[in-house]
Amino acid sequence: MQILLIVFLPLLAAIVAGLGNRALGNTVAKSLTTGALFVSCALSWPIFLGFLNGTAEAHVVPVLQWVQSGTLSFDWALRVDTLTAVMLVVITSVSALVHLYSWGYMDEDPDQPRFFAYLSLFTFAMLMLVTADNLVQMFFGWEGVGLASYLLIGFWFKKPSANKAAIKAFVVNRVGDLGFMLGIFGTFLVFQTTSIPEILAAAPGMSGSSIGFLGMRLQTMDILCILLFIGAMGKSAQLGLHTWLPDAMEGPTPVSALIHAATMVTAGVFMVCRLSPMFETAPVALGMVTFIGAATCFFAATIGTTQWDIKRVIAYSTCSQLGYMFFAAGVGAYGAAMFHLFTHAFFKALLFLGAGSVIHAMHHEQDMRYYGALRKHIPFTFWAMMAGTLAITGVGVYWLHAGFAGFHSKDAILEVAFARGTELGTFAFWMGAIAALLTSFYSWRLMFLTFWGKPRWAGSEHIQHAVHHGHDEPEEHNPPAQEDAGDEVTHHVPSPEHGDGTAGYHPHESPLTMLVPLGLLALGAVFAGWVFSHAFLDDPAFWGDSIFYNEALIHQMHAVPLWVKLTATIVMLIGLFGAWFAYIRDTSIPGKFVEQFSLLHNFVYRKWYFDELYDLIFVRPAFWFGRQFWKRGDVGLIDRFGPDGAAWVVAKGTVAAKKVQSGYLYSYALVMLLGLVAAVTWVLM
Amino acid sequence: MGGFPILSVMLLVPLLAAVACLFVEAKAARTIALAATLIDLALGVVLWLNFDIGGPQWQFTEHAPLFAGFNYALGIDGIAMLLIVLSVFLMPICILASHSIEKRVSEYMAAFLFMEVLMIGVFAAQDLFLFYMLFEGVLIPMYLIIGIWGGQNRIYAAYKFFLYTLLGSVLMLIAMLWMVNEAGTTDIPTLMQYDFPPAAQTWLWLAFFASFAVKMPMWPVHTWLPDAHVQAPTAGSVILAGVLLKMGGYGFIRFSLPMFPEASAQFVWLIWGLSMAAVVITSLIALVQQDMKKLIAYSSVAHMAIVTVGLFAFNVQGLEGAMIVMLSHGLVSGALFLCVGVIYDRLHTREIDRYGGLAINMPKYALFFLLFTMASIGLPGTSGFVGEFLSLAGIYQANTWVTLVCATGIILGAGYMLYLYWRIAFGVQKNADAAAMPDLSLREWLMLGPIAAAVLWMGVYPESFLAPMRQDIAALDARLSRAAPEGDAHLVAGTPHAEAANAVGGTHDAGHGEAEGAH
Repeated sequence: MQILLIVFLPLLAAIVAGLGNRALGNTVAKSLTTGALFVSCALSWPIFLGFLNGTAEAHVVPVLQWVQSGTLSFDWALRVDTLTAVMLVVITSVSALVHLYSWGYMDEDPDQPRFFAYLSLFTFAMLMLVTADNLVQMFFGWEGVGLASYLLIGFWFKKPSANKAAIKAFVVNRVGDLGFMLGIFGTFLVFQTTSIPEILAAAPGMSGSSIGFLGMRLQTMDILCILLFIGAMGKSAQLGLHTWLPDAMEGPTPVSALIHAATMVTAGVFMVCRLSPMFETAPVALGMVTFIGAATCFFAATIGTTQWDIKRVIAYSTCSQLGYMFFAAGVGAYGAAMFHLFTHAFFKALLFLGAGSVIHAMHHEQDMRYYGALRKHIPFTFWAMMAGTLAITGVGVYWLHAGFAGFHSKDAILEVAFARGTELGTFAFWMGAIAALLTSFYSWRLMFLTFWGKPRWAGSEHIQHAVHHGHDEPEEHNPPAQEDAGDEVTHHVPSPEHGDGTAGYHPHESPLTMLVPLGLLALGAVFAGWVFSHAFLDDPAFWGDSIFYNEALIHQMHAVPLWVKLTATIVMLIGLFGAWFAYIRDTSIPGKFVEQFSLLHNFVYRKWYFDELYDLIFVRPAFWFGRQFWKRGDVGLIDRFGPDGAAWVVAKGTVAAKKVQSGYLYSYALVMLLGLVAAVTWVLM
Repeated sequence: MGGFPILSVMLLVPLLAAVACLFVEAKAARTIALAATLIDLALGVVLWLNFDIGGPQWQFTEHAPLFAGFNYALGIDGIAMLLIVLSVFLMPICILASHSIEKRVSEYMAAFLFMEVLMIGVFAAQDLFLFYMLFEGVLIPMYLIIGIWGGQNRIYAAYKFFLYTLLGSVLMLIAMLWMVNEAGTTDIPTLMQYDFPPAAQTWLWLAFFASFAVKMPMWPVHTWLPDAHVQAPTAGSVILAGVLLKMGGYGFIRFSLPMFPEASAQFVWLIWGLSMAAVVITSLIALVQQDMKKLIAYSSVAHMAIVTVGLFAFNVQGLEGAMIVMLSHGLVSGALFLCVGVIYDRLHTREIDRYGGLAINMPKYALFFLLFTMASIGLPGTSGFVGEFLSLAGIYQANTWVTLVCATGIILGAGYMLYLYWRIAFGVQKNADAAAMPDLSLREWLMLGPIAAAVLWMGVYPESFLAPMRQDIAALDARLSRAAPEGDAHLVAGTPHAEAANAVGGTHDAGHGEAEGAH
C-alpha cells in the first residue's frame, strides 16, 4: 500500500497547490508539495533497499479498471519490482531535492504555487510511468510528463522563446509518441494484450513470425520494437528527435535538473529496459538502438564543446549520456544501462542545480564568457560542481576499483560494448570512447571558464543591470529572453570604473535551501557508483525478472583486455589536459582554433544545422500548405464551385429562383413536406 | 421504469416550455428555458440509471400508429441513450451561455428548446420517417439561430448550411422510400436486421452517405461548418459541434453500417481516403487560422475524421472508439466554444491576436482552457485519449497506412492547439482591454465546471460510458463481420529464434564473426 501513497501523494499535493494557487499562499503550497515529495521519498527507499537485500518481492497493486473494449482491456495498476524500485528512488529523491532547492531558486517569483504544483504533477506522471503494468498506462505517464514538461518549459510564459521551446518540446515528443502508439497497436494486434508481463512472456514465441506494416511484410518483433523505440527516441532526445532538449533549457533551472536531466528524459531508456525480454527477440531493432545511441553520444558531445550557455552545455551532455545508456541496452547490458541512468541522475541533477546556483549568483547570466574566477566567491557551489564533474568525466583508479559515480557506470558501458564483440558493439565502443574524451573536455571547459581565470563579469548585461539598479531590489519576474549565445556585440558594455572585470559586482553564495540539495546530490555523485556497482552490474538476483539479465555478457565484460578497461580513464585525462591547455594555460587557443576551422566550428556550433533543416522541411511547409489548402482549396475551389457557384447560378437565374433563395427556409420545409406526402402515398400503395 | 413513457416526457417538457417561452418576456423565458432543460437533464440521469445494461437491446420503447404510414415509435439502445444524455447535458449549459443574447430572447429560448425536442427525438426515433422528419427538422431552429442571432455575415453562413444539407437530404429520402417499399416496414430495428440485396445496397449506401457526410462533416463537404460556427452565437456553436455533428456519426452507426454491411465494405476506401484527407488537410488549415472559432471548427472536421475511420474499421475497438470520440468531442469542442464565448462576451472579437497573456488576469479561465485544449489533443487521462486511442487501435487492425496518416493528427493537433493556447493565454498582455478582463464569473464556472468533470471522468473511468453500448456494439460487430475487409497487418506465424539477440558466451554467437577481445 506504500506505493499508493508514493504515487498519489504528489498528485494530491499538485491538485491542492494548483487549485489553491494564490489563495493558498506561497508557503503553504510550497510546504505541501515539498512535504509530499519527502514522504514519497522516505517511503521509496525502503522498497529499494528491500530489493537490494533480497527481502522484497515484485507485486502489482490494482487501482481501477480503465478501458475494456472487446478483447482490448487495460487497467490502472501499480507494478513494483526491482526496475521500478530503482526508478522510484531516483525520481522521488531528485524530485524532493529539487522541490527543496526551488524554495531558494524561485524565491522571487510571484507564481510559486503554480511552479510547485507543476513539479509535483510531473512527479506523479513520472511515477505512473515507471509503475505501469501495461503499455497504455506507460503511455499515460509518458504523455503526462510531456504535459508537465510543456508547462514547466513555458513556465515564464511571457517570453516568446519559452513558448516556442515548450511547444517544440511537446510536438517533437508527439512525433515519437506516434511511433509509440503504433507500437502499442501492433503489440495488441499480435499479442491480444497490452499487459507488459504477458507480452514479455509471449514475445520469444513470436520471434520468427511476420506482420504487415505499410504494405511491407516485416519481422514481427523487429518492427514492433522499432516503433516503440521511436517513442523512446522522442522522450530521450536521441539523434533526429533531440532538437527539443537544448531549447527546453528555457525552463527554470530546477526543472532542467529534474525533468531534462534526471528523470523524464531517461524514460526512453527505462522503456527499453522494461521491455528488454521483448527487445532481445528483435536483433534488428537492437542494432538500431545501439547505432542511434552511439551516434547520439558522439554527436551531442561535439556540440557540447562549442556552446557558451552553461545550461546548454549540460543539456547536450545529457543528450550524450543518454546515448551511452541506449547503446548499453542495445548490446544487451540492461543492468549497465540502468546503472548509468541511476548514477547519471545524481551527478547530472547536481551539475544542473550547481549551474543554477552559479546563475543565481551571477544574476541570471548564463553565458560562460561572462563568468570566471567564481571559485572563491561561491566555494560551496564550486565544490559541488567539482564533484559532479569528477563523476561525469569518470575519474577513478582502475586498480583500486574505486572512483566517482561515472567511473563505475560509464566505464562498464564502454567495456560491455567492446565485449559484445559485434561490429556495431565495437562501433559503439569507439564512439563512446571519443565521446568520453569530448565529455571530459567540455566538462572541464565549463569548470575552467566558470571558476578559474579572471572575472569577465563586466561584459554581462545582467550583471550591469544588477550593479546599476541595486542588488536587492526585486528583479523582473521573468528574466528577459536569452540572447543568442553567438551574439557578442550586444553584450559588451565596458565598465570604466572597475578595471578588474568585476564591474563592482559581488556574487553571493546561494541560500541553505539550495546548498543542502547540492550537498546531498554530491554525496550521490561521489558514492553512488562505488556502493551500488555490484548490485546493478553483477547481481542477477538483484534484478530478478524485471529485466533481461545476460550473465554471459557480463562475464565477458570483466574479461576484456586491460587497454579497453583503461581507455575511458585515458581519454578522460586527454580531455582534461586539452581543456586545461586551452582555457587556462593559453586562452588564445580557442579563438585561433575557431578562426582556423570556422567551417567546422560553425557546423558544430550551429548544432549540425538540425533546427534550420527541420524548419525548412517541416515547419514552413506545414504553414504554407495550411494557407494553400485554406485559400486555394476551401475558398478557391470547394466554395467557389460549390455553394458560391450555386449562389451565382441562382443570382443569374429567374425571379422564381430568387424567391426560392430569399425564402429558403420555407421552401426547405416545403420540400420536406412534399417528400413525406410522396412517401405516405407510396407506402400506402 | 414500468410503463412510464419517459422518452415522451423528455420530448414534451421542452416542447411545452418552448411554447410557453413565446408568450412571456425575456427574463421569464430565460427562467423557463433553464428550468425545462434542467428537468430534462434530471430525466436524462434517470434514463441512464434505469438503463438495463445487458438487458434487451431496445428499451423504454413506445409505439403508437399515427395516420397513414406514420408511426410514433420511440426506443433507445445504449448508443442512443448516451447521445441523448450528451444532448440534455449540454442544453442547460447552452442556456447559461446565452446570457449575452439580448435580441428577441423569448424566441431564442423557444428555438433552443424546440431544438432539444428534435435532438432527443432523432436519437430516440424508431420509425424511419419519424427519424427523417426530426433529422431534417433539427436544422430549422439551427438556421434560425444562425440567421437571426448570428454575426455580421449570418445570411451567407445560413445559406451555405442550407445548400449543403438540402443536397444530402433529398437523396436520403428517396433511398428511404425505396427501402420501405422493399422491406415493407418503417421500423428501424427491423430494418437493421434486413438484408438488402448487395446491388441495391450500393446506391442506398451512397444516398445515405450524401446526407451523413455533410452532417459529419467529411472533407470536402465541410466548408459550411467553419462559416456556420463563426456566425452562430456561442450556444449555437456548442450545440452544433456538440450534438448536431454527432447525428452524422449516429446515422452511419444506425443506418449505413447495419443496414448495408456489404456496401459499407465496398466503399471503405472512399471513407478512409476522405478521412485521411480530412485529418491532414483540415489540421494544416487549422494551423493558419486567425479566428478562434474557425480554428476550432476546422479541428472538429479533423476529429470527426477519426470517428469515420473508427466506424469503418469494422471491429469492436473502432466502433467503440468512434462512439467515445463522438461523446468526447461533444463535450470538448462544446467546452472550447464556450471558452471562446467567455472572452468574446468581454471583448467582442474572435481574432486571436487581440488576446494574449490571459493566464495573468484570468488564471482560472486559463486552467479550464488548458484542460480542454489537452483533451482536444488527446492527452491520456482525458476523454479525448480514450476515443482516439480505441479508434486508431481499431483501424490499425484494418489498415496500417490509414492508421499512420490519421495518427499524424495527434502531432498536428498538438501543433495548432498549443499554438492557439500560446496566443490566447500565454505571451504578454498586448492590449489593455484584454488585460483588464475579469476572471470567470459564477455563471461561467457553472458552465465549464461540469464539462471539465465529465471530460476527466470519461478519461479515467470510461467504463461508465463503454458498458451501456457494449452489447449494441457487439451486435453491430457481429453483423458486420461477414463483410469486414481483411487487415493488412495480420500475423503470419513463423519459427521462433532459439536464443536472444544478444546471446553470447556459453551459447554460440551465430552470425557474428568477430570474437570477443579480438583487438
